[in-house]
Amino acid sequence: MTPQAVEITPDLIQKHGITPSEYEEIKSILGREPNVTELGIFSVMWSEHCSYKNSKNVLKLLPKDGRRMLVKAGEENAGVVDIGDGWVIAFKVESHNHPSAIEPFQGAATGVGGILRDIFTMGARPIMCMNSLRFGKIEEPAVKRLLTGVVAGIAHYGNCMGIPTTGGEVYFDESYEGNPLVNAFALGLARKEEIVKAKAEGIGNPVFYLGAATGRDGMGGAAFASKDLSAESEKDRPAVQVGDPFLQKLLLEAVLELLKSGCVVGIQDMGAAGLTCSTCETASRGGMGIEIDVAKVPQRETGMIPYEIMLSESQERMLVIIQKGREDEAKRIFKKWDLHAEEIGFVTGDGIMRVKEGGVTVVEIPAKRLADDAPVYTREEREPAYYKEKKTFDPKTLLAKTGDLNAALLKLLDSPTIASKEWVYEQYDHMVRTNTVVLPGSDASVIRVKGTDKYIAVSLDCNSTYCYLDPYLGGKIAVAESARNVACSGAAPLSVTNCLNFGNPHNPEIFWQLKRSVEGMRDACVAFATPVSGGNVSLYNQNPKGAVDPTPTIGMVGLLEGREPVTSHFKDAGDVILLLGDTHEELGGSEFLKVLFGVKAGPVPRLDLGEAKHLLDAILSTAAEGLLKSAHDCSEGGLAVALAESCISFKGKEIGATVDLPQGSLTPQALLFGESQSRVVVSVDAARAKRALEVIESKGVPVREIGRVGGESLAINGLVKAPLKVLSHAWRTSIHRRMGSAS
Amino acid sequence: MRFGVVVFPGSNCDHDCLHVVKDVLGQPAEFVWHKDPDLSKIDCVVLPGGFSYGDYLRTGAIARFSPVMDAVKKHAEKGRPVIGICNGFQILLEAGLLPGAMLRNESLKFVCKFVTLKVDSTHSPFMKHLKKDQRLSIPVAHGEGNYYADDATLKKLNENDQVLLRYVDNPNGSREDIAGITNEARNVFGLMPHPERASEKELGSTDGLAIFQSILEAV
Repeated sequence: MTPQAVEITPDLIQKHGITPSEYEEIKSILGREPNVTELGIFSVMWSEHCSYKNSKNVLKLLPKDGRRMLVKAGEENAGVVDIGDGWVIAFKVESHNHPSAIEPFQGAATGVGGILRDIFTMGARPIMCMNSLRFGKIEEPAVKRLLTGVVAGIAHYGNCMGIPTTGGEVYFDESYEGNPLVNAFALGLARKEEIVKAKAEGIGNPVFYLGAATGRDGMGGAAFASKDLSAESEKDRPAVQVGDPFLQKLLLEAVLELLKSGCVVGIQDMGAAGLTCSTCETASRGGMGIEIDVAKVPQRETGMIPYEIMLSESQERMLVIIQKGREDEAKRIFKKWDLHAEEIGFVTGDGIMRVKEGGVTVVEIPAKRLADDAPVYTREEREPAYYKEKKTFDPKTLLAKTGDLNAALLKLLDSPTIASKEWVYEQYDHMVRTNTVVLPGSDASVIRVKGTDKYIAVSLDCNSTYCYLDPYLGGKIAVAESARNVACSGAAPLSVTNCLNFGNPHNPEIFWQLKRSVEGMRDACVAFATPVSGGNVSLYNQNPKGAVDPTPTIGMVGLLEGREPVTSHFKDAGDVILLLGDTHEELGGSEFLKVLFGVKAGPVPRLDLGEAKHLLDAILSTAAEGLLKSAHDCSEGGLAVALAESCISFKGKEIGATVDLPQGSLTPQALLFGESQSRVVVSVDAARAKRALEVIESKGVPVREIGRVGGESLAINGLVKAPLKVLSHAWRTSIHRRMGSAS
Repeated sequence: MRFGVVVFPGSNCDHDCLHVVKDVLGQPAEFVWHKDPDLSKIDCVVLPGGFSYGDYLRTGAIARFSPVMDAVKKHAEKGRPVIGICNGFQILLEAGLLPGAMLRNESLKFVCKFVTLKVDSTHSPFMKHLKKDQRLSIPVAHGEGNYYADDATLKKLNENDQVLLRYVDNPNGSREDIAGITNEARNVFGLMPHPERASEKELGSTDGLAIFQSILEAV
């Protein structure tokens, strides 16, 4: 069947997710009607996933510039940041939500595979992975199945590739029921001169196809990810790709060797929209054209038509443009790693993406227009109906029903969102490459850069309850919290990558959430001078029951030089505990309300960006003087949970604390479990406490001594007293118990 | 002592092992590509961890056919030291250089964490710097580390003092808590825990370094 033989009907156009006005635009670009292959190509390139057509105008709000930014957001597969002395890091977070909802193991595995390819095609060797995972209530059998599958899939891919998965976050909330979120982060390291661009240049340079053969798996995955999930989505299972991490490990080594040899002109992985995206984007970036012959593409199934070959999202494939005359050098490296490579085309000077089958031309599209000129929409926005009502809820109306405060603390420690994620991270090889100097469970993941005095700290964060109740504040807080976490390790926040997970943007209330969240992120990123280096947008995270809570996942990357990182657990008896920041009567949107009363309401804690910035300065200054023996951010569950975690989070080295907090006019609940922002619990050697207080006060941050480390229990005022064993059991074994495995 | 760290397709602890012997211990060391089976200049062969050949079929089952393995066998026959860590241990089992086999972990899950080991025997050139019954803190990271051998083999291993390391808290269901064994000639050592991950203070333990230090005196 030739593409020309298929009649383009309004129904077919609609099935490709193309609107009548977009179809008119396509006709004007081509100067004629498209054939079905071309229609398919436009449909994937102009899907939200590839074109950001619904979010582009909002993303423009985010700051991109900074003195360390070498490759900025949107320019390449991942952003690149200078960390000094000739070293650079490339990093990005990306979603694989829809595939993971349908087929959790492969969906999550290929999510890791995709983000890793983005990093190493830039010439950087991936050195760490992290992830942010969100599910419905863990008690639901369907959620257990998803959690088990997603974690095993991530482990399968990352462990086999030999890249440590060092941490991240796992969050449970009803809004993710049927809409799990799987956001994968990866970070790579390179010398500055090793970074390469995904560009097609030099007329006549050969185009190689490298890696796995093309099959019908992942057909139109980008288009699939750009619509709502429904009962029908099960039928999309073939749109979920199947990963082969071993093959990708070979690709990784071969690509890095190839790039070192200097014979590569440009390279891009075939991720979303596969061969289509990689050909037109490399051509567009180089201001060139490209011609390929699909008959030369290795195929694992028979009878594939050009439409299928161009749209397939089979994994572990790369497009490599080699300098003419150096093909043999490249082929030697392919052969060394037992990789299949075929020369499938060449770079042209006419700006056209031309696809042939045998000798017959089946696609001719101006590459730049296809890649860069997708329509951009500004969607209608409207404040959601729930917004004002939720905001006016007063948490005090529930406090009489709190009961025993000790029991409340244990309940919070036992709630899966707060509890230890040991069940998850022990399935990940988090130590391979021997750079993981802070094991999972601290505020940020920290890895060393061998041969230097540098450490990279990363934290992934988003409190989506806050974002639901107040998207602007929620977006701001997500950035501030991740910056605080990074700073608690002693590292200075450098740059942000983000993954914006929202519902259907055609719903004005959802679009309002998106825009307000991004505005919050922008204000925080500007205040902290941490530009956004890139990321990904995942819309349509909704099913007939509703949309996910707005979830702008923030990945904050920081740099520490010349001294060892700080960890979050208390170390030695007699150390003085200091609390930085003020506590207010702020229980709105808290885990306390959610866990004890099943209530998701109330005003979100306020965040003053000036205070937040001062706090970062205070933490970094004390860390720089080597004053901090531990530092732990106060977030979900408030001060009581933060103190308990500092006591119990390092397995085998648990140590108690006795704390006396000034209560003032606060309710005991707000004092213990309120989630006031810009607070950090630190411990310091008693002999150096005075100096620590001086440094912190000099930064304008309120600080007070609240107690001492030591003993076998945690005691707070007369309100809480619990043995470490009891706290530890609640917190450490929570997910093990719920997943039916002994700790 | 010159170390040769063998690189199979899918090896991923190769850099880590090289780092310890070269950068931490300051010994000459190099990678040995699995297709270039020349071990004539190598004193101690290291088979590193990872997923050689993607662990397809069975862990280590394909790697044993790799060209370098004939040379490794000859190296071992000459009484020269060979250490296989994690996937390297699995390959040694498949190649018949050590007795027994690996099953999937009892939990059916991959497990990565620090475990406590007990030194069961120091009767090996890899254990010179260790004391019997000494406790070691060294991480494991594997999906198939559940050591199995039949009763007769276990009896022989015990009688010959070939079990060098046992788990204190068995993380995978291994028979008799076995974590590491040696051959009868005592020059081939296989273990599931990763001593290269416990060889620098910054990584939380230096208990693994003693194993590499021990072998320095052997040749």
